[in-house]
Amino acid sequence: MKDSQGPLWEVFVQKKAGQPFVHCGSLHAYDKEMAIENARDLYTRRSEGSALWVVPAAAIVASSPEDAGSFFEPSNDKVYRHPTFYQIPEGVKYI
Amino acid sequence: MTKQEALFKYTLRLSDNSLILAQRLSEWTSKGPFLEEDLALTNIALDILGQANSLLEYAAKTEGKGRTSDELAFFRNEREFYNTLLVEQPNGDYAQTILRQCLIDNFDLLFYTELAKSKDETLAAIAAKSIKEITYHVRHTSSWVDRFGNGTEESHTRIQNALNELWRFTDELFEMNDVDALLLKENVAVDLAALKPIWKKQVEATLEKANLKLPETVFMQTGSRNAKHTEHLGYILAEMQYLPRMHPTAKW
Repeated sequence: MKDSQGPLWEVFVQKKAGQPFVHCGSLHAYDKEMAIENARDLYTRRSEGSALWVVPAAAIVASSPEDAGSFFEPSNDKVYRHPTFYQIPEGVKYI
Repeated sequence: MTKQEALFKYTLRLSDNSLILAQRLSEWTSKGPFLEEDLALTNIALDILGQANSLLEYAAKTEGKGRTSDELAFFRNEREFYNTLLVEQPNGDYAQTILRQCLIDNFDLLFYTELAKSKDETLAAIAAKSIKEITYHVRHTSSWVDRFGNGTEESHTRIQNALNELWRFTDELFEMNDVDALLLKENVAVDLAALKPIWKKQVEATLEKANLKLPETVFMQTGSRNAKHTEHLGYILAEMQYLPRMHPTAKW
């Protein structure tokens, strides 16, 4: 049977102004307006956020699992890319 | 009729509108056209149930005879309910539910915006809280009226049929009686007659955008101000009141 619920959208919720928008799930909707309303009803009913993004799932470019090896594994043996070889001076608080 | 009695009757009427409408909308829960819309309508029903709860508690307090809000909701009969006929009309198809809701949302937004200025502080506070909720309801249901009206031939036919069916219950929303008159003088009640032309203009704009036409000859129905209802209310109450009446001493 053909899916009649409309295209898929991905939902991002911002908890407070200034914080990043975090992906929280997806939904079906026929257009932008319905998508943002559905996102409000599905994902912010329990005061989870103060702002919303909805993005057509089709607009998202994703890396594929087959690429995982060439994309991510080369960084595993390059510990020198992590800033862990420095002595942190005493008195520096926020690092 | 004292002012206190009028305030009780007035608050009870508002409670009943919300309570019966919430019960009607809840019938859709888990049966909505698709998951997202099912939740959206259930949210709306829950908002309205919350309004009913606040209003019923105030009604119980105003009556001052020791009846609780639950007793008012579950132990009154059909001829003691004062909700308008529109809210008790069957859900029909989704177009009919949406159209009924859109007509009521437009009314409620105007009504509660005015009630928020009431001299009665409790009613004003309940109204102020409700405005934000209803603002969203109007947005949601108006966009659905637009979608149905400008969608396919079938969706257009369905929402036009809904309008033809329900329009006859709209005059009653603005009916005023001695309760309104008494409380209007005290700056507690809302002047419904003054709301009517504004409501009509707004609703007509929404309907026109959705390419819908008002039915031409309509006999406007009336009765709820005297607790006279259509045949549907009895069935709603039967379902809503069954459990507490079977087990009156049951506790959550």
